[in-house]
Amino acid sequence: MLRLVISRLASLAITLLFVSLAIFLILEVLPGDPAAIMLGTAAREDTLAALRQELGLDQPALLRYLDWIGGILHGDLGLSITYKMPVSTLVAERMSVTLPLSLLAILISTALALPLGIAAAARRDGPVDRAVLVFSQMGVAVPNFWIGLLFILFFSTRLGWFPAGGFPGWGAGLWPAFQALLLPSVALALPQAAVLTRVTRSATLEVIGADFVRTARAKGVDKRATLRRHVVPNALIPVTTILGLQLSFFFGGAILVENVFNLPGLGRLAYQALNQRDLVVIKDIVLIFSGLVIVVNFLVDIGYTILDPRLRSRT
Amino acid sequence: MTKRSSIRLNAALVIGGILTALLIATALLSLVWTPEVPTRVRVAMRLKAPLEAGLLGTDHFGRDVLSLLMVGAWNSLAIAWPAVLLGAAIGTAIGTAAAAWKGIADEIAMRVSDVVFAFPAVLSAIMIGALVGSGPFSAILAIAVFNVPVFARVTRGVALQIWTLDYIAAARAIGKHPLRITWEDVLPNIAGALIVQVTIQLALAILTEAGLSYLGLGVRPPNPSWGRMLSDAQTYLSQAPHLAIAPGIAIALSVLGLNLLGDGLRDALDPTLKGRGASA
Repeated sequence: MLRLVISRLASLAITLLFVSLAIFLILEVLPGDPAAIMLGTAAREDTLAALRQELGLDQPALLRYLDWIGGILHGDLGLSITYKMPVSTLVAERMSVTLPLSLLAILISTALALPLGIAAAARRDGPVDRAVLVFSQMGVAVPNFWIGLLFILFFSTRLGWFPAGGFPGWGAGLWPAFQALLLPSVALALPQAAVLTRVTRSATLEVIGADFVRTARAKGVDKRATLRRHVVPNALIPVTTILGLQLSFFFGGAILVENVFNLPGLGRLAYQALNQRDLVVIKDIVLIFSGLVIVVNFLVDIGYTILDPRLRSRT
Repeated sequence: MTKRSSIRLNAALVIGGILTALLIATALLSLVWTPEVPTRVRVAMRLKAPLEAGLLGTDHFGRDVLSLLMVGAWNSLAIAWPAVLLGAAIGTAIGTAAAAWKGIADEIAMRVSDVVFAFPAVLSAIMIGALVGSGPFSAILAIAVFNVPVFARVTRGVALQIWTLDYIAAARAIGKHPLRITWEDVLPNIAGALIVQVTIQLALAILTEAGLSYLGLGVRPPNPSWGRMLSDAQTYLSQAPHLAIAPGIAIALSVLGLNLLGDGLRDALDPTLKGRGASA
């Protein structure tokens, strides 16, 4: 068991190393002169030289990479050129919006998808199953930012129940902050809930067809108890995998939804940084997003290797 | 007795086929005809409601919404289609090669796939946009990058199964080169799975393109796109709410059509998979 965790940890470290190298190559080496990108073509030579010095571009690339990674390990993400402040402060501030937003969305998505998917599978081809299939087909097709727009149109502009966007900050109290995040997180959750519902449904159907379920029914366990004790726990394994993989869709979606609702989150920061050509910020955010996705999927992987003894021998 | 056709028709296939045909027909029609010139600015006709001016009203420049939508269909496909084809070509090459050589090459290919898959397409677009500037080219590239690991995994999975078949083992035994086996035996056998995946990925690509152009990272104005129409609509939400409806419906119907078509094709091509439609 310990050996398994150690070997997985090693592969996690290698993966993270490659991701950071790829990001560094794309954003710092391929552009040739990042300073020229950041300042544009009209920049004067002496301002360019100053920025190059500030970014440490006179150093060799390998040294700059090690410097970047070493800094991150110490919690130092460098200095934003446009905001004139440490990226770590900036990220921490924005994270306090994006993290609760994504978690709330994942919570809503799971709370919708699990019961719907299981109910649909329990009575295959019944009316519930058909309704759930229609919901999941529709849900996958509707863009999250459009749902957000319609929410603003209906709940904010028409009914005035919710703010049309913006974030009061956690200092304004729990309720106003939650209120500002509710519509965006539902908009973010719905399309992913549709995907997860389909996955839950087909995973449940798969387990229902398994021999041990037939045995349980044959020895007289009633349908509900079979579902609860034997089917659902087993169906949750593939569902958890997909939920882990969906994380990158939640982050990608957050970039859009934060822009729709004007939320000062990490996704919006990435988008603003692109418009301001702040490569330092973009580099850090891309690494944080992809790093989080990789680490969470690693944890999911390890998690059910511990929970499910059958997966242990398969290493 | 009636003769059975080789492809079994099902509801998803028919509805998906019709919606997709409509999308393509609209896109093609926009090349030769639209009710109004989509880029013509008419200040006197600003923000007119549907039927007041044109079938779907006008936007903040007085442009005809229906005409913009039609050209938007073309622009959406013009990004989604090359992006998916590029991703499919590279992904299939990687997937089939990984299945043919297995071992360490396979291991590396799949690890890299996992890593690329960790990047949401919008994030790739931001990164590529920072590198070469944002625009249609960056959008195509970002969506293609996202598609590479998807196709690598799908084709590897199917190809691995085919490599275990007896006649492939026989071909190997008489010394047929793995490349030729891949080209002559494996590829024709995974064509069905590929077509299904291309259809489903096209749906996702249209969705992504809409998101990118909403952020201004796709087609450049004044060239119309569905995503940009929605971002413009947000500015005039209280004055002209109708602007926020039509482009969203256009996106949703296109995506729905392609998804249904993909599911329908899968069921028609391989009845054993029926009801397992889990395309995350």
